[in-house]
Amino acid sequence: MSDLEAFRADVRAWLEANCPPEMREPVRDEDDVCWGGRTFVFKNEAQKLWLERCVEKGYTVPDWPKPYGGAGLSPEETKILRQEMKRIGARSPLDSFGIWMLGPALLKFGTEEQKVHYLTQIARGEIRWCQGYSEPGSGSDLVSLQTFGDDKGDHWVVNGSKIWTSYADKADWIFCLVRTDKANKYQGITFMLFDMESPGVTTKPILLISGNSPFCETFFDDVAVPKTQFVGEINRGWDVAKYLLGHEREMISGGGAGGDMVSIGALFAKSLGKNDHGELDDPILRAEMAAFDVDVFAYRAMGERFMDMWKTGRAHPASSNMMKYVGTELNKRRHELVMSGGGSDALEWDSDESKGGARARGWLRTKANSIEGGTSEVMLNVIAKRILDLPGA
Amino acid sequence: MPLYHNDDQAMLKDSVAPFVAEQAPVSHLRKLRDEADATGFSRDLWAQFTEMGLPGMLVPEAHGGLGMGHMEAGIVLEEIGRNLTPSPFLATSVGAVAALAHAGGTQAGRWLSAIASGEAIVALAIDEGAKHRPERIATTATRAGNGFRLDGKKSFVVHGHVADMSIVSAKTDGGITLFAVPRDAKGLTADPRRLVDSSLASHVTLDGVEVDADAVIGEVDAGEDVLNALLAATRTGAAAEMVGVGQGAMDMTVNYLKERKQFGKLIGEFQGLQHRAAHLYGEMEVARATVMKAQQLLDEGSEGARLMVSVAKAKAGRAANLAVREGVQMHGGIGMTDEYDIGLYMKRDRALAEYMGDVHYHIDQVARMNGY
Repeated sequence: MSDLEAFRADVRAWLEANCPPEMREPVRDEDDVCWGGRTFVFKNEAQKLWLERCVEKGYTVPDWPKPYGGAGLSPEETKILRQEMKRIGARSPLDSFGIWMLGPALLKFGTEEQKVHYLTQIARGEIRWCQGYSEPGSGSDLVSLQTFGDDKGDHWVVNGSKIWTSYADKADWIFCLVRTDKANKYQGITFMLFDMESPGVTTKPILLISGNSPFCETFFDDVAVPKTQFVGEINRGWDVAKYLLGHEREMISGGGAGGDMVSIGALFAKSLGKNDHGELDDPILRAEMAAFDVDVFAYRAMGERFMDMWKTGRAHPASSNMMKYVGTELNKRRHELVMSGGGSDALEWDSDESKGGARARGWLRTKANSIEGGTSEVMLNVIAKRILDLPGA
Repeated sequence: MPLYHNDDQAMLKDSVAPFVAEQAPVSHLRKLRDEADATGFSRDLWAQFTEMGLPGMLVPEAHGGLGMGHMEAGIVLEEIGRNLTPSPFLATSVGAVAALAHAGGTQAGRWLSAIASGEAIVALAIDEGAKHRPERIATTATRAGNGFRLDGKKSFVVHGHVADMSIVSAKTDGGITLFAVPRDAKGLTADPRRLVDSSLASHVTLDGVEVDADAVIGEVDAGEDVLNALLAATRTGAAAEMVGVGQGAMDMTVNYLKERKQFGKLIGEFQGLQHRAAHLYGEMEVARATVMKAQQLLDEGSEGARLMVSVAKAKAGRAANLAVREGVQMHGGIGMTDEYDIGLYMKRDRALAEYMGDVHYHIDQVARMNGY
């Protein structure tokens, strides 16, 4: 037995013994997701147990080094762990912006002290982070951001506002882009970290077309931030942000790149019924769903190839933009078909039968996929310039 | 296995890519076309392929081949696609070899080594109508004497008029059976037609063709598995070739965007074109990954291969088609001229798209395999 085969056998046995049955059920709604943090309330004992066991094993962040709370797994081992978790339908023990975004930034740009301190907290699910990037006047043109940190010697005094801060009202700390040099556009931004309980921080949820409020406006009114709480170098936060956006795109490109997307036609054949030939009983919708299935299965292969190449340094550094573009457009298309397949049932907004309008709200939510983390149009700009090397602007 | 080429495969690509580009660039296709070549490919070039061992890539080593996999064959096919090289490689070295190796027996012993040595060209006589419907077979094989008598008509038989042997699917009493029909069989006629991409494909008539019992590839009535092996290999190969066609068209087009000026600017500066080129890039990358996944599953003998092969043929079909359409459009007026190569890519894509099932056929297959 090779080392990897032995590892797979170990992982399989560990999961079998440690993943509670409730944690092998598909995630049904937001409540089922474990975000961790100071104020997080576990939905049930199984969710808590699963987190604790994974924390102990380093499996909340399997590919991080052990001193920072990870399991120190190689890319191949990480892939095997994910495959084995997927095989039994195991839920993610912990989801967080700390794992997806701040963690990778700290791993690359953080000091040893920062890594030990912040990464361990993230890995254990103790601190829930939010991201302060966009501002009301700085969306796609993020580098024009105006939130300003005034240098007061041993600390900055931060004033300004951020928008689209996901779950800012539930987060413990924020990683935030703050202008520290007004004369220098790209090299005048610092990547700061501070507590959301700091005096002067307020959040206001934004009601979206889905009727939900996962995003906030966040205001900073004379917030004092010690001049030790930054990542990378002062005024070089844009480098960190650019690096992080790559990771965000990797993440948004679809949780395992379409891996959890099942055949949509198979799903709806049950509710729409089949004709005498065993075909979904709506030929044009069947054709559209089948064409979509082809694209989903193709994108899954792309996701596998992208991850294989990304983790081994073979991928073009800008290729996560392509993944994000293709993946988000695909997810929007999926939800259009979910609405068509559901017919008038899917229009229901608050009935029990519709689980509180889950399909309609979910469909509306996906419209943000191709806006957040860089719009599809920005992704295409980046591909055109950095990968295809097309001229101009 | 990671979904990228390993070191050996990368080395293979490094030797095959310049070889095909130097020996058989698009001008090679033009030359054959302009000389109204009656064979459909260059035998000299096939001899060069043979020197490199390429015809026998998929042939097991016991039969004198290299015993490689679909991932490796795909590397060759992509270069064939990129250079629009007319070649018997896909039908002979991929489709026929897959069927013969799967079936084993007398015909495998007779033909596999001949393919590996470059001596035998094999045609796949599978289709009967204008659309690919391999499961609907009207051609019959009836027992006669010590063997069978074949009657029927086949279409879109690439290299059918020059093949040393044709693999013919026919209905038998208890199922379907594949036969190896040699070129000199009495009652076998091939009527070659020049297609839009300058290739030659034949309408083949089997009029009371008598073959021995040992002409059966595999077992009588048990041809479905062999046929499926042939189809999976040929479809995956065609998809790989389409990735080459699409990539070639895309590269040529992106280069053109960096050269052509209008309104005092390079046209590649216009966002209207940049976004379309970037979208195409994404589609081509996804198609490439999908084809590699199908190759990998086929090489592993995985049960999931069948689904992925149809996904690959459909996805590569969509992506390559987009590449050639955008290619002609972005070249503007000169894209419509015979002098520029981009139109040749469009023609080759159209023929490959139809070969072994078009996008619509395979989308339908994906629906069926998913139970709807």
